[in-house]
Amino acid sequence: MNPAQTVARDLVAVGASWGGLQALRTLLRGLPPELGAALVVVQHRSAHSHPTVLRDLLAAVTALPVRDADDKCSLEPGHVYMAPPDFHTMVEGAHLELSVDAAVEYSRPSIDVLFESAAESFRDRCVGVVLTGANADGAAGLARIVELGGAAIVQDPESAERPEMPRAALAAVPSATVVPVEAIAETLVELCAERGVAV
Amino acid sequence: MAVPLEREALAANAQLELENIELGLLLEAVYRQYGYDFREYAFSSLRRRVWRRVHEEQLGSITGLTDRLLHDPACMARLLSDLSISVTAMFRDPGFYVGFAEHVAPQLQTYPFTRIWVAGCSTGEEVYSLAILLNENDLYDRTRIYATDINQLAVDQARQGVYPLDRMQEYTENYIKAGGKRSFSEYYVAGYDGVLFDPGLSENVVWAQHNLAQDGSFNEFQVILCRNVLIYFDKALQNRVQGLFYESLGRFGTLCLGNKESMRFSAYEDSYEVVDAEARIYRRLK
Repeated sequence: MNPAQTVARDLVAVGASWGGLQALRTLLRGLPPELGAALVVVQHRSAHSHPTVLRDLLAAVTALPVRDADDKCSLEPGHVYMAPPDFHTMVEGAHLELSVDAAVEYSRPSIDVLFESAAESFRDRCVGVVLTGANADGAAGLARIVELGGAAIVQDPESAERPEMPRAALAAVPSATVVPVEAIAETLVELCAERGVAV
Repeated sequence: MAVPLEREALAANAQLELENIELGLLLEAVYRQYGYDFREYAFSSLRRRVWRRVHEEQLGSITGLTDRLLHDPACMARLLSDLSISVTAMFRDPGFYVGFAEHVAPQLQTYPFTRIWVAGCSTGEEVYSLAILLNENDLYDRTRIYATDINQLAVDQARQGVYPLDRMQEYTENYIKAGGKRSFSEYYVAGYDGVLFDPGLSENVVWAQHNLAQDGSFNEFQVILCRNVLIYFDKALQNRVQGLFYESLGRFGTLCLGNKESMRFSAYEDSYEVVDAEARIYRRLK
């Protein structure tokens, strides 16, 4: 652990688009069950996509419980919450809020909307992770996370299935930690609290 | 134990605290000047919507917006639309309509007359969808729908029954998935860029302004639909509105919520049984 870095981060907001399923599976597979942070994941998908199949595909590779987010559900450490299709998912205090406000840059859920709310609720305890994708969603939100003292991780664009989204995130946050997707779990373990340890 | 944040982050955090104070003051001003109480609305959505209005008014701060709306009712009307109108679609969540036809319609067919409350009808898409479904289940003629919204402008728009032409393809697909029995185009006439829905569909609809956060019950209903409205309220207000619904439903009355709204986090969970978990349809027990 970086000795200068002693903030126990306990919220990880993850954004993924094109190619996200594979990247998310790799990321979740590497996370230990004692991770002391809640993960909230926006994966871009069609409004009409199957409501539970993504959750099940991800749950199959991790010991962490994976849930579809309901409005006002509480965030628990070591749990993974999937933003449902056709809603924005936001973090408010220790729970999630959903909305059917207009799509942002053609996306609902929008990664920026999740990231900005996560930043504004969890401040320096928030980590933002931008994975593969072919648009620029998440870049502005990641900048907001860093602006309020949170940490930023971006999947190495060279190894991403689509490099545009990681590149846009890096252009907005040049100081972000850049790692291949296989190393993101390890980086999160270094940044985040451990379960059972008082924060 | 946290090390001090860098100076920029400290300044950004202080700015955010200040903006939260400004937002609280704006809500207080809106309440005291205009009587609308948004103080228990879900904060993250509210903050986004208020900022959108700040930018559209080409203002630099929430306090600037407070100043303008206190002196200009037209500005308040624009903010009210931002805070109350949500983007919806006809037959949004087709699975809900399938569940309604399967579980609720047969019960209604045993009643001589049914009153349904669509609470938070916004611009009316759901009301027309419901009217179509009731019509296709031979229920419409003995039903009265009370469609209410906090925003009078939305209610007026809903009453017109006019919707953009370019959404009809999506609505038609939704209608088919929702178990529609006819051709969707039978229900509207297309004009240049809009369509007008069959006025017969709103013949049994009573349109009215009603504020869930502040107004009381006004009738007893067999069915209440309130989908994707409670998500805009905080937990305390959600519980109060659940209380209003409970009082307004007859015994064995049906409550329909949005597909990501759960009875689980409500104080009234034990007063209902689950009729269709996926479609979020509940029946009042006691």
